[in-house]
Amino acid sequence: MDTKIYKRENRARRYAEGGITGILGACGILSVLILALVFIFLITNSIPFFQSVGLVNFFTGTQWDPFASEAMWGVLPLLTGTILVSFVGAIIAIPIGLGCTIYLSELADSKVKKILKPAIEILAGVPSVIYGLFAALVLSNWIMEIFDPSYRLNALNGAIILAIMMIPIQVSVSEEAMNAVPRNLREASYAMGATRWETIKSVIIPAALPGIIASIALAIGRAVGETMAVLMATGNASQFSFDILTSVRTMTAALAIDVPEAAIGSLQYQGLFAVGLLLFIITFVINLIADMVLSKYQETYK
Amino acid sequence: MKNISGDQISKIQVKDLNLWFDTKHVLKDVSIEIYEKEITAIIGPSGCGKSTFLRCLNRMNDLIPSTKIEGEILLDGKNILENDIDPVDLRKDVGMVFQKPNPFPKSIYENIVFAPKIHGIEEIKKDPKTGKEKIVRRKPTKEELDQIVEKCLKRAALWNEVKDRLNKSAYDLSGGQQQRLCIARTMSIEPEVILFDEPCSALDPIATAKIEDLLVDLRKDYTVVIVTHNMQQAARVADRTAFFYMGDLVEYGPTKRLFEKPEKELTEQYLTGRMG
Ligand SMILES: Nc1ncnc2c1ncn2[C@@H]1O[C@H](COP(=O)(O)OP(=O)(O)O)[C@@H](O)[C@H]1O
Ligand SMILES: [Mg+2]
Repeated sequence: MDTKIYKRENRARRYAEGGITGILGACGILSVLILALVFIFLITNSIPFFQSVGLVNFFTGTQWDPFASEAMWGVLPLLTGTILVSFVGAIIAIPIGLGCTIYLSELADSKVKKILKPAIEILAGVPSVIYGLFAALVLSNWIMEIFDPSYRLNALNGAIILAIMMIPIQVSVSEEAMNAVPRNLREASYAMGATRWETIKSVIIPAALPGIIASIALAIGRAVGETMAVLMATGNASQFSFDILTSVRTMTAALAIDVPEAAIGSLQYQGLFAVGLLLFIITFVINLIADMVLSKYQETYK
Repeated sequence: MKNISGDQISKIQVKDLNLWFDTKHVLKDVSIEIYEKEITAIIGPSGCGKSTFLRCLNRMNDLIPSTKIEGEILLDGKNILENDIDPVDLRKDVGMVFQKPNPFPKSIYENIVFAPKIHGIEEIKKDPKTGKEKIVRRKPTKEELDQIVEKCLKRAALWNEVKDRLNKSAYDLSGGQQQRLCIARTMSIEPEVILFDEPCSALDPIATAKIEDLLVDLRKDYTVVIVTHNMQQAARVADRTAFFYMGDLVEYGPTKRLFEKPEKELTEQYLTGRMG
């Protein structure tokens, strides 16, 4: 009798576990499936565009003006706009973010930490339009005073506001990674006469590096995809230039601005899908690079 | 008290040591003398302050902000609790091996050269003009690092097992090997005293036996203090044994005497297993 009940329970548990595994597996497959569908959707919708405009035209043209009487389909100004704004933003954000992370996780005392950590999480959740507002109305004036650019709204303005948006994302993820470095590794380092700074540099950062790299990839991905704040900050003049003090238009901004005007099924409509596809590929490549850096690092150190 | 080899050199003298974590009085008036090139074992029930005492000797408790400490710990006659002693320097003379093996997530080689790379190599240089001698620190060369790695691994009886895979991750080693790697790593700082906090509690009997053999061998060159909850281990390796109970040092003496003729009632109860 006893053994029978035990067996039944056992079987019930096996079913329950099997069910949970199944549901979780389905979620995983679903997310991959959605990713594949988005990709296919972008490709099928942009193929007609590439057929009529041509890849060369798209990738080498230096003007983007889909609604002119003689439409221009060069994606270069949008591409350089995105790269200029996001990568300058990343160059500003990464070192500051790393510094903030080290301070927060290793140096700040617990009281300061209790205030700073939630504050940073709130910053990461502020709607981007608020940042855009700040960039357009406040930051741009400061930049005017310091650099005296010919455009009040420019790529630098966008880059700085993106950096401000990236830092909280980077910090909150990488701080967690640094906190997760076990205490016994820190103790091992201190016990051999390493100072706090040597311990941070030689033990904690290397051990947390996967998380730190992931946080940077996440932040850059967010920056490349950010639309509203850069749209408000950069002045939106689509011009092919590497000058950080000119107005630029990013790929995201172009999509947001042009979508309402494009008739469904028109060449403009398809052209926007081509831009979307390129954006998708860029973010994909960023994540791929992060993964590669990670696995290389793990090969040498794990 | 006489040293086992007869020469009675005191290495560490602890005088009236008291330690609090916040208001919790963890060590109470502990006075003890630890002798050079001996193995001193600390035994006692868990929570009695063994680890805390050990961590006073290299000032690891400094890392816990709520620590308050009073008394004196003389290492070679100098009080290491003085403000002018930098714990970072102290820890180069007093190494520590922990309860759970804690190699860095790096290669075997990188684990050993960690400290030499940080601290550099001391050299006595003569100023060509004034002729005065002074100590300068410089980066170790690759050859010097290779030598350090080989010397430390040999000394920790690990060289033969790992010499062909120095660049493999330390995490690929077994628990016992990892612990010997940690011992080798501690030797790279050339300490005079090595503290062991229950170094075998996570290991199987064979790995434990290897570490115990190593401990006995280390006694030739180092002063060893080992915390253990394993009385047999203390009996096997230690020259002297100290019994702690609830923050008090109850009894301290040559291991054989303490185990065979404990003077205190509490010690006897503990040794005969009539107490936790
Ligand atoms: N960081 C700490 N903060 C507060 N109390 C601690 C801390 N570490 C240890 N203690 C307390 O100090 C006492 C002695 O601990 P410990 O030295 O680790 O004992 P043992 O090593 O003998 O098991 C215990 O009661 C423990 O709870
Ligand atoms: Mg302990």
